[in-house]
Amino acid sequence: MSPLAICLLISCGLFGVGLAGALCRGNAILVLLGIELMLNAANLNFVAFWRFGPSPSTATGVVFVLFGIAVAAAEAAVGLALVIALYRHQRSVRLAEAVRLRG
Amino acid sequence: MGFPVDRLWLIPLLPLLAAGAGALTPRRGRTFAAGVAIAAMTGALLLSGRALAAALVDPAAHRYHNFTWFDVGTAPLRLGWLLDPLGAVMLVMVALVGLLIFVFSLGYMREDPNGARFFCFLSLFAGAMLGLVVANSLLLLFICWELVGLASYLLIGFWFHRPEAAAAAKKAFLVTRIGDLALLLGMVWLYHASGTLLFYDGDAGCLAPPVLAALAGHSVAGGLLLSTAIGLLLFAGAVGKSGQFPLHVWLPDAMEGPTPVSALIHAATMVAAGVFLVARVYPLMAADLAVAGVPLHALTVVAVVGAITALLGALVAVAQNDLKRVLAFSTISQLGYMMLALGVGAWTAAIFHLLAHAYFKALLFLGAGSVIHAAHHEQDIRRLGGLAPRMKLTFATFAVGMMALAGVPFLFSGYWSKEAILHAALVWPVSAVPLGAGLAAVLLTAFYMTRLTAEVFFGPPRTDHAGGARESPAVMTVPLIVLAVFATGLGFLGTPAWPWLQSMLTGERLESRPLVEHAGLTALSVLLVGIGLGAGWWLYGRRPRASQAARDPLAVAVPRIWAALAGRLGVDEIYAATVGRLTRMAATWADGLDRWIWDGVVRSVAALGRFAGLLGQQADEDGLNAGFDGASGHLRETGRAYSRTQTGEARSYLLVLAAGFAALVLWLSWGGGR
Repeated sequence: MSPLAICLLISCGLFGVGLAGALCRGNAILVLLGIELMLNAANLNFVAFWRFGPSPSTATGVVFVLFGIAVAAAEAAVGLALVIALYRHQRSVRLAEAVRLRG
Repeated sequence: MGFPVDRLWLIPLLPLLAAGAGALTPRRGRTFAAGVAIAAMTGALLLSGRALAAALVDPAAHRYHNFTWFDVGTAPLRLGWLLDPLGAVMLVMVALVGLLIFVFSLGYMREDPNGARFFCFLSLFAGAMLGLVVANSLLLLFICWELVGLASYLLIGFWFHRPEAAAAAKKAFLVTRIGDLALLLGMVWLYHASGTLLFYDGDAGCLAPPVLAALAGHSVAGGLLLSTAIGLLLFAGAVGKSGQFPLHVWLPDAMEGPTPVSALIHAATMVAAGVFLVARVYPLMAADLAVAGVPLHALTVVAVVGAITALLGALVAVAQNDLKRVLAFSTISQLGYMMLALGVGAWTAAIFHLLAHAYFKALLFLGAGSVIHAAHHEQDIRRLGGLAPRMKLTFATFAVGMMALAGVPFLFSGYWSKEAILHAALVWPVSAVPLGAGLAAVLLTAFYMTRLTAEVFFGPPRTDHAGGARESPAVMTVPLIVLAVFATGLGFLGTPAWPWLQSMLTGERLESRPLVEHAGLTALSVLLVGIGLGAGWWLYGRRPRASQAARDPLAVAVPRIWAALAGRLGVDEIYAATVGRLTRMAATWADGLDRWIWDGVVRSVAALGRFAGLLGQQADEDGLNAGFDGASGHLRETGRAYSRTQTGEARSYLLVLAAGFAALVLWLSWGGGR
């Protein structure tokens, strides 16, 4: 089994854990954690494809990952702000209660 | 002493100005309005006296002053004033009788709160009548004629809060209007035929011989001369105004007005206007006499109508129980006399009787007013009685008036004027009907006046009102005395021995004739007067009515005739059953036409519109609206269905996203999209 396949399997598992966490947890913060895991899985894919790809000399993968981390950080900041606003609004961060946008 | 004819308008103007001042006077200004009215009437009387003096200088002359009122196209419409003996004696009579009635009204209307209005209307009435007398144009005469009608309407309905008075005023106005319509037609026809409405205008006036000859030279339908047709139309106006049969029905009802108004209507103004009109246009009425082979003379109709009226009025007057109504029917009868005199050709006798009647009828009405005033507005003769010792002055003057009206020989004016009329009727070649009717009316007049006097003044007072009556104040009795003097003295101006009045009116010096010309006729009429007075005295004076419930001796003797007479021979009922019913039928028909036909058309158009609206509404609701409603309902349903997927739970969206992503991956990995 090539090192690339191993990396992809790991990232696939990581994504699955993150997705499962985001789907199953009732707490908004833990959902955010799941999303972070999924982003990191994507980052791992970028690095893996760069390192075992046709031109590992250019630093394209690393730059993608750096952008991804920055976007994740910004997303976390926005997400946390939303969670705080949600908490202020309904005195809890349980997503099952935040259904006011139901059609 | 000259009187400028072009200043003649001053005479009617004075009372008219007084009427204007009265109209502007507030209600509390009663004394002011009365003062102005009486002052204006005095001024008019003085001017009338001067006018009479001026007219006496040359009685044969018709002095006139014509002026152009306005131009119709190229034709000028001219009016004018006329001063001749006929107008002048009428002026003096109207002004004098009017003045005395005004003074009497001061006392009679003392308690009425609307005195200012009353004197305003009285002045209007007198002013209109004076204008009618001085008019030298049929048009001007007609204007004043209508003003007289208006003033009579206002005065008869003066106590308009009483329904009877309002109805009587309406009746007087409408009934006289029938005659006025004929008068208007005659006037228009006359203008069409002769081109002028001026009475005297050199050779061009409509009473000038050439114009009359032209009018009598044409014939309209059935050999009837043009002058006859026009004359009959003008006479129809006089029939309405002067209360001749068959348009006399308004006159008795006009008694609903205050008594001075009745006196004015019956003596000086309203009813005299008709007789005066016929006398004024007498040359026109008589124009057809000169033509041989004419089927009908206008004056024959006048004489016959007058005879019928004289007899009918006297008959009905016998059975009336209302003091004023007896006098009203006697006025109708006496007006019939005047018309009869005009018809048989004795127009001077008619005017003589008109003048004499004006004084003694004013006297009788004012005497009746004095009685009514003293007896607290009790005017049923059955509820009066015993007033002679209580109201000596009123009784004495009333007796003078009664004897003048009854034609007691030699001393009273009524005798001389009635004799003149009867003599004229005797020599009338056409028919003996007027003479017979006149003689019968002489008998009846003496009879009913005796009955009236006996019932009112003799016997015991039959109610407390009559028992408590006191003589009226001087402001009411002095006019009575003045009128009584005239009611006796005036007769000596027109006796056959010294026919001053007749000479003056005709402008010819008439020969003095013996006092008794036709001894047989005079004896007969005196005998009839005697029988009338005697029968009246025997039935009513000898044993005066004891109580108000006692039945009239005549009613006991001939109950059916009495009932017919008391019911005024049913003329009102006949009118109610014919004209009234026809009018009502026409009104019902017009109402039905309006309500069902015209209204039906309007309603069906409206219904059509409503139906179209309904259709539009249906199309709108069921077509357009239903389409849009359906579409939007569908949209709503769809939206509702989709909105169910919007759970609001972020995780479910994420789940769908993940599932979709997984499906996409599976599809790609199985080779889809390639």
